Order: sequence, then structure tokens, then C-alpha cells
Amino acid sequence: MRPFARLNRFFNRLPVNLAIVFMCVFWIVPTFGVFVTSFRSREAVRTTGWWTVFIPKSKTYVEGQQEYETYCLSCHGAAGNAIPNADLSDPNLVAQYPRSNRLLVALRQDINGKPHLQNPTLPQDANQALQVLAPIISYMNTLSGGGQSDINKLSLRNYADALVGYKGTGDYLTDCQQGVPSTLAKFKCNASDLLNPEGMGRAFLNTVAVAVPSSILPILFAAFAAYAFAWMDFPGRHWVFAILVGLQVVPLQMALVPIARLYSSIGLQSSFLGIWLFHTGFGLPYAIYLMRNFLGGLPREVFESVYIDGANHWTAFWKMAIPLSVPAIASLGIYQFLWIWNDFLVAKIFLSDKPVLTVQITNLIDPRGGNWHLLTGAAFLSFIVPMLVFFALQRYFVRGLLAGSVKG
Amino acid sequence: MAAPKIMKQGRVVPWLYVLPALAVILIFVVYPTLNTTYLSFRNRSGDQPASADCIAGSPCWGVFENYRYAITHPDMVQALRNNALWLLLMVPATVAIGLFISVLADRVRYESLVKSIIFMPMAISFIGAGVIWRFMYYIETGGNPQIGVFNALLTSVGFKPVPWLSTAGINNLALMLVGVWLWAGFSMSILSAALKGLPIEVLEAARVDGASEWQVFWRVMLPMIMPTVTVVVTTMVIIVLKIFDIVFVMTGGNFGTEVIANRMFKLIVTNTGRSMAIAVILLLLTIPIMIINVRRFREQEATR
Repeated sequence: MRPFARLNRFFNRLPVNLAIVFMCVFWIVPTFGVFVTSFRSREAVRTTGWWTVFIPKSKTYVEGQQEYETYCLSCHGAAGNAIPNADLSDPNLVAQYPRSNRLLVALRQDINGKPHLQNPTLPQDANQALQVLAPIISYMNTLSGGGQSDINKLSLRNYADALVGYKGTGDYLTDCQQGVPSTLAKFKCNASDLLNPEGMGRAFLNTVAVAVPSSILPILFAAFAAYAFAWMDFPGRHWVFAILVGLQVVPLQMALVPIARLYSSIGLQSSFLGIWLFHTGFGLPYAIYLMRNFLGGLPREVFESVYIDGANHWTAFWKMAIPLSVPAIASLGIYQFLWIWNDFLVAKIFLSDKPVLTVQITNLIDPRGGNWHLLTGAAFLSFIVPMLVFFALQRYFVRGLLAGSVKG
Repeated sequence: MAAPKIMKQGRVVPWLYVLPALAVILIFVVYPTLNTTYLSFRNRSGDQPASADCIAGSPCWGVFENYRYAITHPDMVQALRNNALWLLLMVPATVAIGLFISVLADRVRYESLVKSIIFMPMAISFIGAGVIWRFMYYIETGGNPQIGVFNALLTSVGFKPVPWLSTAGINNLALMLVGVWLWAGFSMSILSAALKGLPIEVLEAARVDGASEWQVFWRVMLPMIMPTVTVVVTTMVIIVLKIFDIVFVMTGGNFGTEVIANRMFKLIVTNTGRSMAIAVILLLLTIPIMIINVRRFREQEATR
């Protein structure tokens, strides 16, 4: 019976499929959560899990209505305009309280010598109070015709904050629009803010400036050496090469202090040249190993034919070896580029006053966990390039891993 | 492989090709290694022998004083023990999960999608992964709902939230999970390539002889890809010995999660002698791997 055979096969394969799907979900969820969070407002991140974005809200439900009715309805009325001096349906008044902490400050002030809220009073604990006020702000926005409050809207504001390095209590774009003095003291509110040394924009440029030459230089040096190891005869080449294989796993921790001292004595501390050379030194053993294995694997006839035609090594290197090893160079380049893009330790030590992306992220971490909106945006800014490289050139990247053994 | 003799090259030319690279390696790898070893026998600022840091009445190992710290100080004992734990748990876990996924994914039609998903964390930084997982493990103590996935799951079924990263015993495992999440893709892609390279006839022969899939895997596949497993294991051992960023960004080495490389980083400015002694310990630990790699390389050359 065919249908049963199919059903049978489906159930036979079900455990395999379930196991695989489970693994994939487990592998995606952490990154996906950070991705979703990076678009949510600070208020929303603080008060609800990122997954609530995907839980549909019923149409009759209006955010904050319940809280409003508990705390405000008796005085301000259902439409919000019962007290003319404090008209909650007035957009201008509501605009003064974009965030729950500002509203909390206002509500903690007495009115005519009596507490603003009497029956019931707000929770004493500030965090719990803010949790009540966030939906109320949302509802005030609804009342004043502004529609739903922006706390549940997804936006790129976190990315703007991360790019310019904004660490205030609001957000950079809104503050600039409203001309908040504390923000204007630090930022000019134009494109030049992207170069703020505390921002991810500047860090991005620094990272590019580190990673590109640090990927090209070792390949250049390695190509020459690998050619000689593969196609030239000289005494000791087996020994030297075996030593290079061993040097691949030397931990770079061994070099930090001596090189840092060397740099400060010749004025290379915190310079791009210094970090390029350092990455070149530690990238070379692996690069030579991989290139030499690739070049050595090319058919001997290729080189013999050009030698017979009277070419010298220099021409053979440029006309045959380099063009033929483009796949190896691509793998190696991508591997080295990603490695350096993601490096933290070397940049932390050798570029202390020019933070790269990884270092800048650690500067943004708030141990109390109060700025996940900013941190998640910053993290994703640092992922953009590796992700693009990865999805576009995954084949080469895997090949670079497969070809060699270990890098130091 | 011998170079073709047809091309005359003289004695000097090969060295012109090799020397620029060798010079860079000498300056940036070999010289610092020797210098670091020297500094490990000097005091905290490097201007006197290590014995100068000894305190009268306390134990002192003379010029090996920094090594006394690196081997016997409680902070270092904890770090060495944690690194051993990472080696014992994370390396096998990464290899096992890599194998598990490559064997299973081979049986489904969406194999390349699965592999991309598992491999993707390899593209991002340890620091980025640290942020991602700090968020997963986050515990909200101020009264708001839990926004970290693990604690939200726990509270939704009625349990109390767990401070994953500050609870000794759990936190090391939590950090290792991040390491496995990052590196399983590496082990998977290498092992999967090896599995796909196995001759189908051998596997079929085993199946015809009545071996179950389970037996085929343990008795035929695994022994045949053992050399590749060794490559993955040696690579992972090196990675794990030097593990630093994950710990630095997630716990800072607090709450009993200290590791060697983090200890070395903490002391790099305040006590260079001790920091360098720790670096030398790290190097000594990698030497077995170095020997294995060189030996494997020579075997490969011999069969070439």
C-alpha cells in the first residue's frame, strides 16, 4: 500500500527531522532575539520580552487603558479633558512626557500640598511605578490623537544611538529634534556625530582600517615564502617549514608585552601600522603553510613548461603562481579578515585610543543591564560585515578552514 | 615534494623570497616568545629578578617566584581547574555535536540550510556572542518581567529565575554552552567533509553484511574519519586553552569562572612578571599540540 509506505517513511524520519529542527532553533534564537531587540524602544525592551513582538494584540485592546482607568480616570475623566489645566488630550502636554521616568518625576510632585495620586497611589518602588506608567503614556498618546505610543514601534533609533555613541536617557534622534541641551552639549546633530570617538560609527572605520591591511599584508609576504618553499631547493627548507608548522599554535599572549614595549620605544604605540604588523606576524605561519600546500599541489608540468620557455622565478611567480592560487588567496583572505574583524585582545592592547567595534561594544556594556536596546544595536552593527562576507563567500571560508590545521 | 631541478636558482634567490616573511615572524613571534620567557623570571615591573617581589616570611621560589604564583595561588588554581574543565567538557561536546549534526543533516533535504545555520556563529566575534548570550541568561531583579529567554521560560512554568552567570557551578557550564554554540559549526563542517569523502562501497558493504546504522557509524565511519577528528580536537584544544573573550565579556572571570588567559590579561599592566609567567604556562600547555601537529605534518610529507 503506497500511502502507508509514505506515512511509514514520514514517521521513520520524524525523529531525525525533529532533532535537526530543534538544533537549528536553538542556534538561531539567541541571535534572532538580539536582532529583534535592536529595533525595540528602551521602554519596551526593559518591560517586555522580545518575543512579545510576535504575539498579536486583540483589536479591542488598547494599550494602557486598564492602567489609565485605575489611576487617572476618577480625576481626568474618560476623555482626559476633565481638568482644563491638565488636559491629557492635548498633544502638546502629552509630548512633554515621552518617557515614563519623566512622568514619574512629575507625578511625585505634590499638587496643592497633596500627593498627585491618592487613590490608589503609585507603587513606591520606582521600577514598579515605571512599569505602570509606560502603558499610561501609551494611552495618553491614544487620547491626544497621537495614536499608539511609540514605545511599541520598531525603529532604527537604537542603531542611530549606537552609531553616534549616545548614552543619554532619551534617544539621539528625538533629543536632536527637540533640542535637548544635555545632548546638544555633546553632539552637533549632524553627520559629524558619526565620528564621535565613543560611537560605533568611528569604531567601524577603525575596524576597517585595521582589518583590510592586516589581511592583505600576510598574504603578500606568505605568497613569496610559500612559492620558495614549494618550488625552490635550498638547504634547511624542510626544517624551517616544520618550525613554521609548530609556530602556528604559539599563543599570541606570548607577544603582547614585548611588542607593546618595543612599540612604545619606537613611537608605534596605538598606531595602525603597529597593529597591522602584529597581525601580519601572527597570521604568517598559517598563511605560508596553507599557500605552500596549495602551490605545492599544482601540477609540476605547469612550472616546468614556463622554466623551459626561459622564464625566471620572478616571472613564474607573478605569471603562474599568483593567478593559479586565487582560490587559496580568497580563502585565506576571508579567513584572516574575519579573524581580525572579530579580534578583541590585540586591538584592546595595541589600539588603546582608537577603539574597534569589539572594544567599543565592551565600553557600552552596562553591568546592570539597563541598556540592552543600545547594546543589541551595537552588536548587530558589528555583525553586518561578517554576515555579508559569510553569506556571500561561505564556500571560500569553509575551504580556508578545511585546508589547514590551527592558527595561533 | 622535490623542486624541479630544471630551474637554476643559485644560493641566494630562495632566501630573498623567504626572508621577508621569516624576518616578520622572527620579530613578532620568536623574539617576543623569548623575551616573555625572560620577563617571567623578573619582578612586577621587569627591572629586577623575580625574587625581589618575595615577601620576607612568606613562601618564595626565588627566580621562580612568578611561577609559584602561576601554579599555587588560589586564583590561578581556580583558573587552571576551569581551563581543564573547559577542555574536558567543551572539546568533546563540540566534536560530538558537530558529528551529530553532520550525520543527521546528511539525511534531510535541507542539509545546506541546516549547515549554514549552525555555522553562522563562526562569522561573529566572541564579544558579540558574549552580548547575545548575556541577553539569553539575563536575570531581571527589579520587579519587571524576565526579558532573558531562559529565565522567562523558567518563570512561565512557575519556577524562580536563576542568576545563571553568578551562580558557581552553573556559570561555567553556561559559558561553555556559548563556546559550543560558537564552535560546533567549525567541527561540523570539517567532519561533514570527511564523512562525505568516505567511499560509499565500504559503507554499503557493511550494511549488506547486516550492520545496523548504529554499528556502521561506530565501527566503520568513526574509525575511518579518526584522523580528521584528531585535527578538530587539536584545534579545539588550542582554542579552549586560550579562551578569553567569552569569559571577559560575560563574567569578567568573577563568581568562580576565572580562566588562564583572563588572569594573564588582568595582570598585564599591574604585574608583568606574573602575567608573563602565566603566558609561559599557556605556551607550555600548547607544546604537546605543537608536537602532534609537526609530527602529523611530517607523516603527510612522507606519504606525498
